[in-house]
Amino acid sequence: MLIFSAVVLSAPIWLDPLGANYPDLLQKFAIFGIFAVGYNILFGLTGYLSFGHATFLGIGSYTAVWSFKLLTMNIVPAVILAMIVSGVFALVIGFLSLRRSGIYFSILTLAFAQMAYSLAYSVLTPITNGETGLQLSQQDPRVLDSMAGIVATEGLPSTNLFGTLIKSQDGYFGFYVAAVMLIIAFYVSLKIFRSPFGMKLRAIKSNQTRMKYTGFNTRPYLLTAFVISGMYAGLAGGLLASIDPLAGAERMQWTASGEVVLMTILGGVGTLIGPMLGAIIIKYFENIFSALNTNELHKIFDFMPEGLENFMVTVVTPFVGEGWHLTLGAVFMIVVIFLPGGIMQGLRQLFGFIMRIFGMGRSSTPAVDAVSKGEA
Amino acid sequence: MDAILIQILNGLDKGGAYALIALGLTLTFGTLGVVNFAHGALFMLGAFCAVLFQKILTISKKVKDESITFFDAYKEQPYLEIWWGDTGTAIIDYSVPLSILFAIPVMLLIGVIMERGLIKHFYKREHADQILVTFGLAIVIQEIIRHFFGANPIPTPAPDIVAGSAAVGSFFGLNENLVYPWWRLIYLAFSLVIIAAVFIFLKFTTFGMVVRAGMADRETVELLGINVQRRFTIVFGIATVVAGLAGVMYAPILPPDYHMGMDFLVLSFVVVVVGGMGSLGGAVAAGFLLGILQSFASMNEIKAIFPGIDQIIIYLVAVVILLIRPRGLMGREGVFED
Repeated sequence: MLIFSAVVLSAPIWLDPLGANYPDLLQKFAIFGIFAVGYNILFGLTGYLSFGHATFLGIGSYTAVWSFKLLTMNIVPAVILAMIVSGVFALVIGFLSLRRSGIYFSILTLAFAQMAYSLAYSVLTPITNGETGLQLSQQDPRVLDSMAGIVATEGLPSTNLFGTLIKSQDGYFGFYVAAVMLIIAFYVSLKIFRSPFGMKLRAIKSNQTRMKYTGFNTRPYLLTAFVISGMYAGLAGGLLASIDPLAGAERMQWTASGEVVLMTILGGVGTLIGPMLGAIIIKYFENIFSALNTNELHKIFDFMPEGLENFMVTVVTPFVGEGWHLTLGAVFMIVVIFLPGGIMQGLRQLFGFIMRIFGMGRSSTPAVDAVSKGEA
Repeated sequence: MDAILIQILNGLDKGGAYALIALGLTLTFGTLGVVNFAHGALFMLGAFCAVLFQKILTISKKVKDESITFFDAYKEQPYLEIWWGDTGTAIIDYSVPLSILFAIPVMLLIGVIMERGLIKHFYKREHADQILVTFGLAIVIQEIIRHFFGANPIPTPAPDIVAGSAAVGSFFGLNENLVYPWWRLIYLAFSLVIIAAVFIFLKFTTFGMVVRAGMADRETVELLGINVQRRFTIVFGIATVVAGLAGVMYAPILPPDYHMGMDFLVLSFVVVVVGGMGSLGGAVAAGFLLGILQSFASMNEIKAIFPGIDQIIIYLVAVVILLIRPRGLMGREGVFED
């Protein structure tokens, strides 16, 4: 745990050589890390594939922005409220959806997510501000702030944590806030994984029928897991809004839900650290790949002979810039086909292989076994 | 009365598209036991078959524009017109119906390649894995299409002769002013024909009989020495063709763009689940039912009572039906349950 905290907090240093050392990206890593860790509590432990988790992310964002508008620019109440409200929504949606399992559950969550998305776009415009997205304005009441005697200055107010602006000069404060949240979130999920509760969830995944035959009512446990992961998503949404105080319905679209599934799968379902790795990798490469264009590519392949250079650029072009999703889809397929355990399984197999070469390991690789147990 | 008739017709053509996609999805579930999230992408590929065929037909040559005399003007003229004159023009005009002929072999090929190359390896894996890999495939197909055809919808007009509207009012002895686009009527008829063809194929041919037997009890049929697998692969190809044809014919109604497949996929999955997983009749019935409900919900009178209902009606119905009837309208016991 200490190692984990140290690694996360020192991220600006060790990510520097990778060119990922700027606050916006680091914050995204941390926030989507939280989202994926939370999603993994549901999908990784119970095996229930939800296709509607972005709803909670969106609800969290909206709640946080409303808290900025009505109460205070401090992010603490915003984040707490975001978690509570999305938790309540998760309770309702989970209560209904968890009556079914398997693909029916996936479709139900998808249906709820699409409903929320369409409603946010159309009817709920007074609350969500429709297509434009919910934004701050100078005329917002901000009851608590005005009680504390803070008056709105010129321009839009920015979010703060007890007076320290989130968007400070060098911008790292926002990252550290998100990073601390990530560490807390990770710690909680670690505790859940190793608790009797986590054990029960895993038992549900491996054989729900048998659980029920032993006289065990599985639904309350599933619902708890669903609500917890919904609250994680709400927390991530609240943090997203804290960094950039606007919320739009596109955060709730089902492709956004698909993205968190991708992160979890890519990293390794049911492992502790995998989903976070997946989130970081996807966000990192999204950032790099979508920025590349033909000229940049020519620079990269500069060392090759002329003909080969042009050929490489032609081959690679469809995969970068606008076509980043193509890469994502292809990588994703490859992972699902060849590495169902995600990157974590890959790493384990690699370690096992190295161990065997040096004659130190056991005779068989414990990789798949360990991944399915979730002991990361 | 008129308004209701129009809404029913409106719903029927959309329902036709839902029913065709859902039919293909159900065939795939029933035979191979695979949840195919790339089915919407196949629908989109069908629509782009029409686009591609139209593009091929209208490959043009720059020729001198004779109608402008005072300076040298050039216009594009398709080779077909140059070669065959009016016949060529007519062929271009009918590009959408003709592209059906083009789409059938193409889609069949795509389907068989997809099944042999990818789906085959996923029979024994969990449904979650199947969903995920086909979802990835759908993204890949979608992005490839965007790479070649761009992000904007491409208008693909129907033949001129059916571009107008039919006076459906007078068919039913109602108001003369009640009109409805011809192409949508054709689409409805077309989808009914395809659905009927699939059902007849499964009910009255030996091949169909074997397929149905295989769906009911694969092991026994295999023990009888029948190669079930090859037939199922062909069925997957047929499902692909059905989705593709649904897409081809839908192109004039909705100009194809690269993400139309995803939009339809989500809805068709809801349709399949509402109809009952694995039930072909249920899929068709639910497709038309949800199409009609959707068009009724978009009437102004109803929107005035429940604002926003047109956006969510399908999902709302799906939630209600799944909670009341866990297996959907016509689902059988033991299909896709754990």
